[in-house]
Amino acid sequence: MDVRYEEATTIWPEDSLARVPYWVYQDEANYKREMARLFEGATWNFVCLEADIPAKGDYRTNQIGEMPVIVVRDADGAINCFENRCAHRGALIAFDDGGNVQNNFKCVYHAWSYDLCGNLRGIAFERGINGKGGMPAGFDRDRFGPRKLRTTTLCGLVFATLSPDVPPIEDYIGSEVLGRLKRVLNRPIRVMGRFVQPLPNNWKLYVENVKDTYHASLLHTFLTTFRISRLTQGGGVLVSPDGGNHSSYTIGIPEGANAGAYKAQDIRTDQDGKFALADPSVLDSVEEFGDHIQLQILSVFPGFILQQIHNCLAVRQVVPRGVGKMDLVWTYFGFEDDTPEMNRRRLKQQNLVGPAGFISMEDGCVGGFVQRGTLAASDQVSVIQMGGSTAESQETRATEASVRGFWKAYRRHMGY
Amino acid sequence: MDLARIVELNAIYARVIDTEQLEEWPKLFHDPCLYKLTTADNVAKGFEGGLIYADTRGMLEDRISSLRRVNIYESQRYRHIVGLPVVLGETGGEAEVETPFLIVRIMREGQMDVFATGCYRDRIKPDASGALRFSQRIVVCDSRRFDTLVAIPF
Repeated sequence: MDVRYEEATTIWPEDSLARVPYWVYQDEANYKREMARLFEGATWNFVCLEADIPAKGDYRTNQIGEMPVIVVRDADGAINCFENRCAHRGALIAFDDGGNVQNNFKCVYHAWSYDLCGNLRGIAFERGINGKGGMPAGFDRDRFGPRKLRTTTLCGLVFATLSPDVPPIEDYIGSEVLGRLKRVLNRPIRVMGRFVQPLPNNWKLYVENVKDTYHASLLHTFLTTFRISRLTQGGGVLVSPDGGNHSSYTIGIPEGANAGAYKAQDIRTDQDGKFALADPSVLDSVEEFGDHIQLQILSVFPGFILQQIHNCLAVRQVVPRGVGKMDLVWTYFGFEDDTPEMNRRRLKQQNLVGPAGFISMEDGCVGGFVQRGTLAASDQVSVIQMGGSTAESQETRATEASVRGFWKAYRRHMGY
Repeated sequence: MDLARIVELNAIYARVIDTEQLEEWPKLFHDPCLYKLTTADNVAKGFEGGLIYADTRGMLEDRISSLRRVNIYESQRYRHIVGLPVVLGETGGEAEVETPFLIVRIMREGQMDVFATGCYRDRIKPDASGALRFSQRIVVCDSRRFDTLVAIPF
């Protein structure tokens, strides 16, 4: 595809969801617009788990796009979120991962303090000393403070938004995808581990990768070698009506007549069973949700992911770190009522995912391959046309419908 | 337990990884065993999960065969700098040992980065032939960040 454009930035090449220009992963001005229009716009952003802040005064820090935020449980048990920026000089109010505060946060720089709703409550030496100095008499504290976000909880997840207009989280996600989220997060969870994976690519390349059902069994040879997931198995992809959210799934029912399809395509991922695991206990999984869905990847626009690969459960958060870098924050979890056997099974299956995951390791490098491969091609486009040019749910994973769904939502938010 | 022999075991461990004799790596463990790659943060919070978790030598062998035959990643290698071990205790012929490490990752194009630092928390005892082997090696990394991907074990 050789489509050239004189103005490389902000002009979308053609009115098709199946074409995406490469400048979108490279352009600094576009990146700044994304922070304002997506992350600080009308989107719900994952900020923490309820399990991270169970008690009054418990808080965690996080980022929404590049905006640092504090998420805290107040005296009434409500969860509040506000920008982690002192109203005075802009310093971080909290500079750790989390903890517990009694009644207020205090900025270390000049000791301005905030209640657990983010209201400015105290100014050190506000009246000065011995009648000298201090803030002017007319200074109105209520007019100053970090930006406050709306928060909402869903099945133990906490989301926040700066937008007064974004619909309730259930409507935002859409009923089909919501059902798949509730299917997994059906009881209290417990965190099993946290890791951060810096990736050498624009954040959108990872989100696209998550939504790309076509690549999984082609790039991730572990999946097909051990027949964990093949496109020839039952499954499909659900895309929310607005395009932004998705859930792909593999049904654990034998392939039957389709089993020869990989061989017929001469795909390197089919090794004909020549390679067997010395200790297959890593794949020892049990039916946990009662519906034969062995593998489910779910995303909520713009940067939240919920993963169920057999009994290996995790949430992932995409944190942009500049136009060509991002952090992927992994939180592995199980349920509070896990038996010791189930806990051990999850520990073993965690080998499948994360930066060292048998399955997911390749996702760490493939975004960088695109970032580097397209360096001289900002005016060219990628071709995202498997399964057509639209973004509806499909009963196959040999499609890029949910990737197109991402671009549908992206363009609407960005005004492209 | 003789400190010199523990130092030698650590040196052999680093050498088989850095010289890409990865098939030798599982042989340095007892079977069953525990090898886990995690972070100081996770250990401090009591989170059991790991980036790599193996409790048999077979699982270690599978790591290597998957790396060789299945997984896709850009060519890279490590240089381990392993510090001096401290023996924290010894019970029933098994020593509890801690050793600091530093790993530089060298990428295909020549880029070198400090990829990880941390501490090996080991349990070491001799096998039937008298050779020292790990019954446990918990790799506790100082940082929570793992750049791009972890293909080769630490």
